Parts: sequence; structure tokens; C-alpha cells
Amino acid sequence: MTTKPLRLRELAKGEDRLTHGHRMCAGCGAPIIVKQVLMATDYPIIAANATGCLEVSTCISNFTAWKIPWMHSAFENAAATISGIEAMYKSLVKQGRIEDKQVKFIAFGGDGGTYDIGFQSLSGAMERGQDMMYICYDNGAYMNTGIQRSSATPFGADTTTCPAGDVIPGKLQNRKDLTRIMAAHGIPYVAQASPSHWMDLMKKVQKAFEIRGPKFMNVISPCNRGWRSRTDDAIKLSRLAVDTCYWPLYEVENGVTRITVKPKEKKPLVDFLKPQGRFKHMFTPENEWMLKQAQEYVDKQWDLLQKEAVFSGGEEKVEDKPEAAPAEEKTEVQ
Amino acid sequence: MGKIVAVTGNEAVAEALRQINPDVCAAYPITPATDLMQRFSGFISNGKVDTEMVLVESEHSAMSACIGAAAAGGRVATATSSQGLALMWEMLYIAAGDRLPIVMPLVNRALSAPLNIHGDHSDGMGARDTGWIQIYSENAQEAYDNTIQAFRIAEHLDIRLPAMVCMDGFIVSHSIERVEYIDDDKVKKFVGKFKTVNPLLDLDRPKSFGPLILTDLYHEYKRAQHEVMTKVAGVALDVAADFEKMTGRKYELFEKYRMNDAEIAIVVMSSAAGTTKDIIDEYRKKGVKVGLIKPRLFRPFPFKEMANALKKVKAVAVMDRADSFGGYGPLYYEICGAVMTLEKKPLMINKIFGLGGRDYLPDQAEYVIDELIKIAKSGKVKTVKEYIGVKE
Repeated sequence: MTTKPLRLRELAKGEDRLTHGHRMCAGCGAPIIVKQVLMATDYPIIAANATGCLEVSTCISNFTAWKIPWMHSAFENAAATISGIEAMYKSLVKQGRIEDKQVKFIAFGGDGGTYDIGFQSLSGAMERGQDMMYICYDNGAYMNTGIQRSSATPFGADTTTCPAGDVIPGKLQNRKDLTRIMAAHGIPYVAQASPSHWMDLMKKVQKAFEIRGPKFMNVISPCNRGWRSRTDDAIKLSRLAVDTCYWPLYEVENGVTRITVKPKEKKPLVDFLKPQGRFKHMFTPENEWMLKQAQEYVDKQWDLLQKEAVFSGGEEKVEDKPEAAPAEEKTEVQ
Repeated sequence: MGKIVAVTGNEAVAEALRQINPDVCAAYPITPATDLMQRFSGFISNGKVDTEMVLVESEHSAMSACIGAAAAGGRVATATSSQGLALMWEMLYIAAGDRLPIVMPLVNRALSAPLNIHGDHSDGMGARDTGWIQIYSENAQEAYDNTIQAFRIAEHLDIRLPAMVCMDGFIVSHSIERVEYIDDDKVKKFVGKFKTVNPLLDLDRPKSFGPLILTDLYHEYKRAQHEVMTKVAGVALDVAADFEKMTGRKYELFEKYRMNDAEIAIVVMSSAAGTTKDIIDEYRKKGVKVGLIKPRLFRPFPFKEMANALKKVKAVAVMDRADSFGGYGPLYYEICGAVMTLEKKPLMINKIFGLGGRDYLPDQAEYVIDELIKIAKSGKVKTVKEYIGVKE
């Protein structure tokens, strides 16, 4: 199949494979990400979904927002569930009982279902070489159950299970760097993306679908309830995450790390933290050390990533053209 | 007649799976079921089956992958034991709730702690309420025959439920016995082609599996599950009748042994039934009217038929190879539930035996029958629940 051209005018005409009318919160990043993923390709897609916000809000009682075959079974097993679906497809194609329609298999999970409880099943599926893509929408906490900390929760964040109190000022650990852990599995394709950089995200999806074997994509997904931010700030915040290098956009293809969007000017981390109520307590004089520590961690990780890109033979210099969109699309607001 | 072989229970069930040729298997090794899937993997490596094997990293993922595969639309099997089944627990309910006809040989083994690899029924009994069909087997022949029948029952269009086929760990799974195999083509014909119902792989008619259903419809879903369970016994008997035509081997919902004129009876499942039958024969020679009932279909439990079988009996000993701590053994409750409907109820006792593979010896059966004789005579039960075969 030829790769679909990513022109907004054409994309807008395409059918939504996740329809409107689902019950995700207004301003949630997750359905935007799912739509971008499904829009990037014309391949038939079958998806598995871990229990979480996306799952409980898109298929309720007799209603479903999914126009693709979709399955939810439990919280910690989206990767195993899609493995079984893929295995059946492979088996029936091999036996000549169904036609090979180049179906692509995706598992969607939030950070809880991916970084934590579903980590084992994800790791297993990647090691087995299942022909699938796992997409994590990372909103940095267990949002579905009411904003409890996860291993994706960033340092300092105030959550309902690590509330910022007089003695303990929020989460004291750094987040687990899952994207790098997945890259360490030695699978053919791993990427980090952001809905603010839709072209970058969709190109990564397109690239991944042309690769056989396991693929993993980690996408930052603002949650205005948990981040305590404005309802309409999802895209702005995910862009700030990229511009501050809190959430660098990169890919690791067959062991080669390439930074796909390098901010022209690296913004201070506080630009990303300030608009979010979950970090409010860090802006008091006694917690100044937290801001410093958070910035140092981001700097260190960013430095490491750049070195890794050079070391692995990936491109070192990437122009800061976040949307390398064709000229006629320049008027589009990003 | 098919080929007569000397094989272990695991070997016999692996052979049944080879003949049935499932489309997908997802499994994780655990003693004593390991050997079963090992043998089956050999069939895959040597091109004897078309099965796509998913060698997952845990039993939770094994059942999850089986659920995905079954929803995709095809024949699915796995096997497990003990802790493996315990780890699957969450997914067992989902397989049944989604009405996916997965067939799983369960090689019964004790649960930790303490860690023990030998046979008892704690694992299967723990999965009693999951919505799976459960069939228990006495020996390798039954395990083989029941596996073949289980696919027909589970995949029946009126049923579409997952089924466990249980055999005692080591006692059956690892003992070499005489087994009569059925010819490949006969097994294939008997099991038939898999019929898909709402397959996820149907791209033209996309389906959503696994919705969130709250107070509006959940209750109705569960009643539907209950209702389908009421149809299983009838289907199991139809399948057994077909099976008898093919093999001459007769299967019912439970086996009745010398029950016609029995005044006292032992109810016991799986391999222990064999030993008990021998002792019953000894007592019969002495003129004691004792019989045995060996449940085969444990879920759904045939309450009505069981009550009918026990209606003339004065005293019953229900022998459980599992315990519900702080309660009675799980089989005891079922038999109590069955006899509740009788006007004249038998006196009942519950013996817990053979946990963690403790040998069930002839003297234990004798001890139980002697007690039943006393109870029948005196009309009094001293102790309802007792552990037997215990080192004091």
C-alpha cells in the first residue's frame, strides 16, 4: 500500500474511525491522538484497548464509537489480547481460510495500563516479535480512577495518592522513561510523539505500519482534570512539553536514535509546569529546590538523548520546523 | 476400534489436541501441565498441526491471548494447573462473560502456600464461579475422551462457553495407562469445523467486544449467562450419545457405580473414584449395599439428576479433594444443594482427603464406608466435616 499523503484538506475529508459522541472529557488529549493515528493510514486496523479512560468512554452498553473492530478485555493485558487476535489472523491466513488484507494491529493503553500493570504483557509481546503497534497515551497518572500516581507521573506532581502536603510535597520520584525501556527491547521501531505535532505523529504512525514486527509509540496526552489546566490547553501544553524538552520527539529505528523535532530555542521547564495546577506547590519559596531539581533532570535526559542520537548514528541536527507541512497548509493553526 | 496405546494423561490429551488441530494456542508452562503443552509444541514444530502458538510470559497473558484469539474467530486451546489458573482468575470470568468457547485442560494441582506441585482440586474449585464449564476425568482415557467432547460442547451454537477438562495432577497426568485412541479422521469429523459467531476479524462488519455495562444491563447479561448454563447438560448428553456411537464408551453427567440398590453412597470425583470402586466391590462381597457417584460435569452442576440418584440412599459421604476453609468442601455444598429438594434427605458427611497429592489409600475408603454403615444404622452423624488420611 502506498503511504497516504498527509494533507489536511484531504485528511479532513476522511471518515472518522473513532466517531464523535464518545464520552471522553472535553479537551482530553487521548481521542485526538487516536484520531490522528487512525487518520494516518488507510490500512484496515483492529485494536485492543486496555481498561482506562479511553476504553470506558468509547464503548458503553449498546453504544460504540469505534468503526474498526475493537476489543477490550482487562486492564493489564492489551498487548496480550492483541497478540491473540494477531495470532488468529495469522493462523487463518496461513490456512487459507481468510484473505490477507494487510490488517494492522494496534493496542491502546494509558500510562497505568502500559508503564505499570500492563508492563509485563507489553514486554512479552515485544520480545515475541508480534506484528503489532502498541500506542500509549501518557497522561501521567491513573486519571480514570481519579488521578492517582503512576510510574509515569512526573517529579513533583500533586496527585490523589501523593498529594502535596506539609511534609511530602507531591511525587518525589522521577518518571519511568518507558520509551527508552522499549527501545532497549531491540524492537524495530520505537517513537515518542505529541498531538501538538500532528504531522510528526502521523508520519511516525505511517513509518511504523510499513515495518513488520513489534512497534511502540509513546504519546503525551494532556488531561485537564489531572493536570488542573484549562480545558482548551491540551495542544498548547503538549507543545510546551516538546519545546521545554520535557517530552522530546524522537524515534529509535533499528537501534538508530533520531530526534525528529528539535526546538529552536529550548524553553525553561517552568513554562510547561506553570499552567498546571498539579505543580502549583512547587512555585512557593520553600519548594524552589523542586523546580531546580525538575529542570536538572530534564536537562540531563535531553543531553543524554542528544548524545545517544549522535552515538547511534542518527541525525544530530534537526531543523525546528515542527510541521514540515506542504506550503499550502501553512495557514493551519497548530 | 482405534489404536491402543500406553500413555500418560498429558500425552493422551496432547494427542487429542493434535487431532483437533486448534487454530491458536497460547500457553505458559506450569507443573504438572507443562508436559502437555511441551508435547503439543512438538506437533507444531514438526508441522503436525496448523496451530499458531503464542508463547506468552505468564498465564494471565495466556488466557488474555486466548480471549483475543477466540474473539477474533477460531478454535482456541490452552492448558494450565494450580497457580497458573489462579493467575488467570480475572481472565476466566472475561472468557465466559464474552462467551468465548476456549477449551482448557486443567491438570489439577494444589495451591500455595505451602508450595506443592501435586494433585488436588483446589485450583478447579477456585474457578467454580467463573462461568466455565467444568468436566472432571478419572483417568487418561476419560481425559482424552472428555477433551474431544469438550470442544463440541463449548462450541455448540446454543452454548458458546469456555470449558475446562480436569484430570488429577501426576496421578493421571504422569501415570502411564492403557488408552484407546480414536482415528484422526473420526475425531476431526466428530469435532467438526469451527463455526464463527461475530468474529472480530470480520472487517466489513466491525464489532466492539468488551463494553462497559453498568446498572442498566449488567444484571440481564448475567442472567443470560445463567440461562445458557442451564442448556449445557442437555448438549453434553447429546454429545456423549454421539461419542458413544463412535467409540462405544458411555458418558453421562455423572457416573453411578453399583447405585441401584445402594443404601449408603460415596460421592467422589476424579482418580480417587477408581480406588473407591475397588473397595466398594470388597464391601459388596460382604453384603454391604454401598454405591458410588462420580461427578463428571461439575459446572453446571446437575442438581436434579443428582437428587434423583440419591433419593433412596440413607447416608452419603461426600469426599472433597479441596477445602473451603471455614466452610465445608466445595463438592459437599453441591450435594447438599441437590438433596435439599428431596422429601426424605440422606444423612450427610464430608471428608477432606488427598490434599497436595497425599495418597488416597484403600483403608481411607474403608474407614468412610464403615462410618456410613454406622450412620445408616444409628441415624446419627457425629462429625459432619473431617480430614482423613492425616498424620497425627
